Amino acid sequence: MGQKVQVGASAGKALPQRVKIVEVGPRDGLQNEKTLVPTEVKIHLIDMLSEAGLPVIEATSFVSPEWVPQMADQVEVMKGINRRPGVSYPVLTPNLKGFQAAVKAGAAEVAIFGAASELFSKKNINCSVDESLQRFEEVTKAAKEAGVRVRGYVSCVLGCPYEGQVSPDKVAQVAKRLYSMGCYEISLGDTIGVGTPGGMAELLEAVSREVPVDALAVHCHDTYGQALANILIALQMGISVVDSSVAGLGGCPYAQGASGNVATEDVVYMLHGLGIQTGVDLPKLMDAGAFICRSLNRKTSSKVAQATCKL
Amino acid sequence: MGNFPTTVKHCLSYEELIQDYPWLARWLQEEKRALTHEYPEYVKIVEVGPRDGLQNEKEMVPTGVKIQLIDMLSETGLPVIEATSFVSSKWVPQMADHTEVLQAIHRSSHVRYPVLTPNMHGFQDAVAAGATEVAVFGSASETFSRKNINCSIDESILRFEEVICTAKQRQIPVRGYVSCALGCPYEGPIESTKVAEVVKRLYELGCYEVSLGDTIGVGTPGSMAKMLHSVKKEVPSSALAVHCHDTYGQALANILTALQMGICTVDSSVAGLGGCPYAQGASGNVSTEDVLYMLHGMGIKTGVDLSKVIEAGDFICKALNRKTNSKVAQARGDYSVHCRMKKINT
Repeated sequence: MGQKVQVGASAGKALPQRVKIVEVGPRDGLQNEKTLVPTEVKIHLIDMLSEAGLPVIEATSFVSPEWVPQMADQVEVMKGINRRPGVSYPVLTPNLKGFQAAVKAGAAEVAIFGAASELFSKKNINCSVDESLQRFEEVTKAAKEAGVRVRGYVSCVLGCPYEGQVSPDKVAQVAKRLYSMGCYEISLGDTIGVGTPGGMAELLEAVSREVPVDALAVHCHDTYGQALANILIALQMGISVVDSSVAGLGGCPYAQGASGNVATEDVVYMLHGLGIQTGVDLPKLMDAGAFICRSLNRKTSSKVAQATCKL
Repeated sequence: MGNFPTTVKHCLSYEELIQDYPWLARWLQEEKRALTHEYPEYVKIVEVGPRDGLQNEKEMVPTGVKIQLIDMLSETGLPVIEATSFVSSKWVPQMADHTEVLQAIHRSSHVRYPVLTPNMHGFQDAVAAGATEVAVFGSASETFSRKNINCSIDESILRFEEVICTAKQRQIPVRGYVSCALGCPYEGPIESTKVAEVVKRLYELGCYEVSLGDTIGVGTPGSMAKMLHSVKKEVPSSALAVHCHDTYGQALANILTALQMGICTVDSSVAGLGGCPYAQGASGNVSTEDVLYMLHGMGIKTGVDLSKVIEAGDFICKALNRKTNSKVAQARGDYSVHCRMKKINT
């Protein structure tokens, strides 16, 4: 079947010229921080991130404050941020009620969160994967009518804290359903960061058979230090949208003391080093990271931010 | 591969096949994946924690602790463990106990224990102490060479030539290192052709392997690929290794790139010991645990038992009273999650 061709970053395999960074720090990041963050701090963080050139900033989540107290100030945040033209501010909406509240508060884009693991779905949102997809269909219908874009997420794409291994075909099925419902983009989340480049390649191959690669994003967690390697493989396979979190905000709720989201600074450093455009101003991004870490009284999880050596 | 005739496979292109036989796509999946990337079946890990790692730790480590660390690492399956350095104790007090360490460690027959020898004096001391493999450290940056070892690149290579010649006569293998392969704290970016030149010289002098060090961790997959492309023109991949620092979080991505380019030897340090002396508070060496996790996850063999490396890492971190830099070690701190995760990527 022909020669085995060695392909890689140098051997002519085209990496995308431009990568869209989806900044999830203010929502996914802060949601997983123990300290409750004052509303003004959240607003200032989002404003600083807007100034740093990020094209998409996940602003907040319209879930019940009983479940996620950190996001209780969702309406205030939406109304308080300074929305930069050309920047998108999606918000999480787990159900129709959340969607309606989000639109009322001025949201122009929403996000829905599915899972590739049945157990995770039951433990996380108290229903099966199918039931959750039915709920989301209500949201996507309403969103279509309201002219609001919807982004889909699939969690546990490379492993589940309860089930262990997750089949790439199962992920592909869930991604396909979200895409057919009308999600313009599907973000594949390595929720517990257990994935490695081999698994990532296998996963993307399975999913890209069902959903066009242009409509896919990767959301890698750095819990086992694998995030940048996994992102690199994803880029080599045609992915050009990457989720990340400023300062690596958001620990992993399934592994005490472990890290979670990959740091936006470290991703941007790698992309710029590869000659890939992002539109992001790294020093301004680092300022935003420094600001939120001071407010949270915690150290940054970004290695780029930690290194003070100037080249 | 199923019943599909080999003869037919050779006649048709992949695209034509799938067009005519769509059901084949799934069958051929396996082969298609193999076409996308080629990785080594086995990667040799060179453990530099006891030398490069400890040398860059502020705390003075008691000799007994160093010996125990090396002995624990010898039980993990690691094939190479850099044990110590025969430099002047004035310059590197941490390595002042080099002779004691080398003589007291329990040497496993499956493991090699190279030691650093910056010059003939160090080499002779090393041999007298029982060393059976040595390492010499060059640089791709003139300024770094002058600031680090007080001489030019050319002068340093002359020094090494003496060591390598003598080592050859005594049948002692010599490993070469080239620092600043992807950037210098003084000069900034380094030309890949310059790196290739220095690597070639060390290889031609007689180093069996040359390790390319991203000394300040500034490299990214792009600069790694460019550098390796130049170096591979002069020295075979089988004689090359990468020594990536994780100062900017790029190490694993850089190592992955190196693997994709045919490199199959990787240096790393248990628990990510050894900070970066050029960037205050920043990390340095990539953690052996994190490298192993990636390699094993990709189905690449190393012969190393990850859980035993984590134990060795726990031991040295307790002794140094510091937290591990390894993300894998941090994540496995939660035992209950660890049990479930054992199903994935042991």
